[in-house]
Amino acid sequence: MTLVDLQKRFDEKIEAEVKIEPKDWMPDGYRKTLIRQISQHAHSEVVGMLPEGNWITRAPSLRRKAALLAKVQDEGGHGLYLYAAAETLGVSREELIDELLCGKAKYSSIFNYPALSWADIGAIGWLVDGAAIMNQVMLQRTSYGPYSRAMIRICKEESFHQRQGYEILLTLCRGSDEQKAMAQDSLNRWWWPSLMMFGPHDSESTHSEQSMSWKIKRKSNDELRQAFVDATVPQARYLGLTIPDPDLKWNESTGHWEFGEIDWEEFWQVVKGNGICNRQRLKDRIRAHEEGAWVREAAMAHAEKQRHRRDVA
Amino acid sequence: MNDWPLWEVFIRSRNGLDHKHVGSLHAADWQMAIENARDVYTRRNEGVSIWVVESRHIHASDPEEQDTMFESARSKVYRHPTFYDIPDEVGHM
Ligand SMILES: [Fe+2]
Ligand SMILES: [Fe+2]
Repeated sequence: MTLVDLQKRFDEKIEAEVKIEPKDWMPDGYRKTLIRQISQHAHSEVVGMLPEGNWITRAPSLRRKAALLAKVQDEGGHGLYLYAAAETLGVSREELIDELLCGKAKYSSIFNYPALSWADIGAIGWLVDGAAIMNQVMLQRTSYGPYSRAMIRICKEESFHQRQGYEILLTLCRGSDEQKAMAQDSLNRWWWPSLMMFGPHDSESTHSEQSMSWKIKRKSNDELRQAFVDATVPQARYLGLTIPDPDLKWNESTGHWEFGEIDWEEFWQVVKGNGICNRQRLKDRIRAHEEGAWVREAAMAHAEKQRHRRDVA
Repeated sequence: MNDWPLWEVFIRSRNGLDHKHVGSLHAADWQMAIENARDVYTRRNEGVSIWVVESRHIHASDPEEQDTMFESARSKVYRHPTFYDIPDEVGHM
């Protein structure tokens, strides 16, 4: 088949909502975009374990500790599903991990903010997982089969993450004045970074248009961000907390919440590596990788020895 | 470090159903593959049995040959019950 025919067949599948599978022909740009997006997503799941993992030993009760441990373990699993999906496109796990550890690959900037108080664990579940869910629900319909299947699996697991976070804040908001203040403080710090998770405005987003036409993305950054604000404002009200945005107001005619402008200078600073925790996160990942090296080698040596014994016997 | 080999994971969600492909993972050997599959793919009671197969042992049909590969079945409409005319009076058959 000629390149023109292959391209035509690919376009027809995208048009007809037929998923693209690993061994199907696909344009180079499509493959590269997917590898970049899926691996960034995988790195985010893995780095995302760090701010929360920090609180497992300090959770205020056994119930909270078990829930947080289960959530963090889920995020590790999400990383695995996504790395596996990226690997179907012809990159190795090793290459992907190397790119993260040498600082070349990006991950979601939200994880470069510190989790300072127990209330932050609530805010992360409610807002950060909430924002991630908006994006992931949309990606269940992405055009690449393995990515879509990973997203379906992940979405099934995510909803408890958001609920456990909201429940933490609900408990704090029903507690003492100090506890409520702690919840408000965490909302103040996590609100804007959560809105930044959806990325630059559509007009500024370099890859957006092509990704939409390939149906890798099904909704734009601004659409998703608006849906998140609309879903979250009533939840904040129920908690009795104030969203730190003086421009936030209900628009009767559009049926949406209008909100203020994001500090894009802060956004780009964190993307460029100058956030509060960028250096710490990478340092922690590198240390974990290096300290685990002997385990990986020993397991491989053991497996080879077993294989050898079997062959001799 | 070289990557551990890749394994495909199949899970039977309950007795009476087939094992179904759920995803893949890296592991040094089959025992580790099964243990890791339990930890990532059955955290919410998704399975009662796990199979793992090293990915390099799986051979697949070529998607580019899809048309010719499955052509012969497409033209054989007489393999389907609706191809045959049976009067309504005969009842369900
Ligand atoms: Fe996740
Ligand atoms: Fe999550």
